[in-house]
Amino acid sequence: MIHIDWILVVVAGWLLLGVAALFALHDTQFVARRLFPLGALLGLALGAVALAAVFEGPQVAELTIGLPGLPMHLRLDALSAYFLVVIGVGACGTSLFSAGYFRSGEGTPPGLLCLEYHVFLAAMAMVTLADDGYAFLVMWETMALASFFLVTANHRVAAVREAAYLYLLIAHVGAIAILLCFGVLQANSGDYTFANLRAQHLGPVWSAIAFGLAVAGFGAKAGLVPLHVWLPEAHPAAPSPVSALMSAVMLKTAIYGLLRVTFDLLHGGAWWWGLVLLGLGLASALLGVVFSTVQTEMKRLLAYSSIENIGLIATGLGLALIFRAYGLGTLSALALTAALFHVLAHCLFKSLLFLGTGAVLHATGERNLGKLGGLIRSMPWVAWLVLVGVLAGSGLPPLAGFIPEWLLLQSFLFTTDLPNPFLGMLIPLVAAAVALVAALACYAMVKFYGVVFLGQPREEKLLQARDAAPWERLGLAWFALGAVALGLFPVPWIDVVDKVTLQLVGSGLAQAVHANGWLLLSPIAPERASYSPTAFLGGVTAGTLLGLLIGRRLYRGALRRAPAWACGHAEAAAARLAARTQDSAEGFGQPIRQIFEPFFRVTRHLPSPFDLQPRYEVRIEDRFWRGAYLPLAALVDRMARAVALLQRGRISVYLMYSFCTLVALLLVVRS
Amino acid sequence: MSTAAILAQFLEIVLALAGAPLLLGWVDQWRARLQNKSAPPLLQPYHVLHKLLVKESVVADSASPLFRMAPYVKFGCMTLACAIVPTLSTDLPLASAADAIALVGLLALARTFLALAAMDLGTAFGTMGARRDMLVGFLAEPALLMTLFCTSLITHSTSLANMVQSMAHRPFVLDPSLAFAGVAFTIVSLAENTRIPVDNPATHLELTMIHEALLLEYSGRHLALMEWAAALKLFAYSCIGLALFLPWGIAEIDAPLAMITAVPVLAAKLAVGGILLALIETVSAKMRIFRVPEFLATAFLLAVIGLLVHQLLQG
Repeated sequence: MIHIDWILVVVAGWLLLGVAALFALHDTQFVARRLFPLGALLGLALGAVALAAVFEGPQVAELTIGLPGLPMHLRLDALSAYFLVVIGVGACGTSLFSAGYFRSGEGTPPGLLCLEYHVFLAAMAMVTLADDGYAFLVMWETMALASFFLVTANHRVAAVREAAYLYLLIAHVGAIAILLCFGVLQANSGDYTFANLRAQHLGPVWSAIAFGLAVAGFGAKAGLVPLHVWLPEAHPAAPSPVSALMSAVMLKTAIYGLLRVTFDLLHGGAWWWGLVLLGLGLASALLGVVFSTVQTEMKRLLAYSSIENIGLIATGLGLALIFRAYGLGTLSALALTAALFHVLAHCLFKSLLFLGTGAVLHATGERNLGKLGGLIRSMPWVAWLVLVGVLAGSGLPPLAGFIPEWLLLQSFLFTTDLPNPFLGMLIPLVAAAVALVAALACYAMVKFYGVVFLGQPREEKLLQARDAAPWERLGLAWFALGAVALGLFPVPWIDVVDKVTLQLVGSGLAQAVHANGWLLLSPIAPERASYSPTAFLGGVTAGTLLGLLIGRRLYRGALRRAPAWACGHAEAAAARLAARTQDSAEGFGQPIRQIFEPFFRVTRHLPSPFDLQPRYEVRIEDRFWRGAYLPLAALVDRMARAVALLQRGRISVYLMYSFCTLVALLLVVRS
Repeated sequence: MSTAAILAQFLEIVLALAGAPLLLGWVDQWRARLQNKSAPPLLQPYHVLHKLLVKESVVADSASPLFRMAPYVKFGCMTLACAIVPTLSTDLPLASAADAIALVGLLALARTFLALAAMDLGTAFGTMGARRDMLVGFLAEPALLMTLFCTSLITHSTSLANMVQSMAHRPFVLDPSLAFAGVAFTIVSLAENTRIPVDNPATHLELTMIHEALLLEYSGRHLALMEWAAALKLFAYSCIGLALFLPWGIAEIDAPLAMITAVPVLAAKLAVGGILLALIETVSAKMRIFRVPEFLATAFLLAVIGLLVHQLLQG
């Protein structure tokens, strides 16, 4: 059997697990402890097979299910294999965590949840395999529907239903755009196989239209501005493993689709395509990160951070398109490598962070940052593992999050080679914005970690919070280990990414990188830029040990435990009061709120000095919501009302409509 | 990797560790002199470090291991920062470990640990300090990156050693983009090293302090390492500035013997730089915290303008 068959076996295995769960709908023990670990194993197998397939040539298969005479064409090439690895890695860790997470009595019964979960995984894998428009859209919609049902797991809560509805709506707007995109791509040939779409050479106008539709359709799924509004609603509503999968893996299938259509089916395009993607990506990154710093709910904060990361990925893609349009293959490969690296890095650390919030949610029942705090003392496992995710998410070396940012900034520095002076002037500004986004991401992450895990517990009950169960720890550790390993040894992974960039832009970085051994990352030439994570970590560790040597061996100062000092305000340092005087989530985000005020729609209620029960309230809204979505909804509503005027509910009126139409048609035909 | 390179690396680290408190003492002395105060001895920072290291360290009951880890991590980060900046020689074995972007990441790593440690106890001052430090950081970090990019664009490299080498070999022209970058770098250095006008290293006034608020709960050896790391940071920043904007006198790969002259040249440059820093601190007043973002945004914009000017003159 070749790789693609094995991958189909894994997909079938997942579906079987889902069906098996139907026979034990309410047996949490069986579903969680037996089926989910098996699913994790299958995920691991998928990752391993796909990793091997990256280095092989394209493989095709046909599945004769569905409509007669319309088989599903499947194809496994480097690009789809790469994203299958991401799906495998994400699925493995998340399933491990889920084995300890799902419990009964929370809305949807665990058996049904297990079915939806595995259908979701299988659909995501099939999306990357699909080789014709029909199979792609069927799988794409299966993925959307499965995730919709997963989001509504807690369907008794009205807010959850609303969030899921919004998600479904935007998912379908996106799906329509993708459908139209394939329609444009087939150029009246009537054949929707990707091989045919690839062979069609559209004129500049029609390719631009196809590109625009692809950006709209996949952008809606990925959460690019202005179609990002569903993310911060749907992610908090879903159970944490589902949020992790959606954010870490599902958003990446949209990136896959964008890559497939733009780079593969349309063979790149004019330089302004790149500029469009760059602009959208940057706007998403900036908006996402600024909003994430002012959130007061932990999963919303992470959802906005996902918008930011997707924005950075799109920025990399845009840059790659620009370079490709000017025939600068190596530089295009550099920017594309940054984006693809970011795909996996984000999958690792964002899964870790979302699963961490899940553990916190189960231990405390709180998702509001204002009621958490000090969990590092009662939940050390979760706290320390999440710290890895926080550092990686802040884009700090030597963890995985830093490398894509480093590569992206490197590719900006090479834009002086561009022949277009306008772009040459624009790019420094974009680089500055990326640097700002990276720095703000650090702010958001420090806020997240500091408020949830550090400080004094803001509620009494947090002292009794129980640490995560062993399965949950295993899932968290899987991602933490991945984030560390990917950060420390990027060069082997460049080899894998190299195959994808070779396929998409015709050149790769592996050769240049390999010239310097596998510990030093130097994408173009060592004298231009180099970074060695292992040496970096070694240096910091050596310095730390030196500090320990001086502090603990050379001088042997004693250590004494005492109450916190707090500038001598002993009463303020006492736990009860400290819990109230330390920064709240609002407080920590306040400077950003003040500096970036035009981004938000802020409504404030400040207490007056005479209030007997002072109440402080601040509400922050997305300007897009009132500026674009509500007017749009009102417009649709009005149009629906206008159409409803035609509906009289009486047969005679409808007969008159038919008669009038007939007369009108006859008039047209006569003349 | 030659013996000379390893020797240079070793010498650089030792020089940084030993010399950083001296630079601090020098600046303090000059500041006192300029302000008509009687100056502390030049070696005062060493006395302080020794005193703190000998004393017992008091750690709050509720402190987590993160709190005790942070001083060591910060010290480690700053040592590495000093090791990769070419102060004496451009032929450094560790230089390939981190380029200019990774150096900014390294400084951010130290800041993040410090901020997290300050939030650990949940005292009002600690969290306030962490918030303010991150506020300064999120604007200073991109500004620093952009100033480094200005020189990167001129030298076509982000490797610090290569940047310094090509800056030194450039024919002497007054590059306007470098002028912008230089001003921006000065502002960033003031902010990042918690000097006036952004922060006052001599104050413990609760409402104005930034860096001192982060260290409030530390004592004994932990505080000593924090202070030492802060001195190393000042040293590293001064050396980055000197290496990029006044790169002459640093030994290169083909002339390891030049290291003998490199030490006095560096000392002279640092001495002048220290006096200038003391002068800036004397003639300016501390800003309100609300003004700091504007101040740093100016630096950020100047650096970006520097980049644009470079593009404009090139294109």
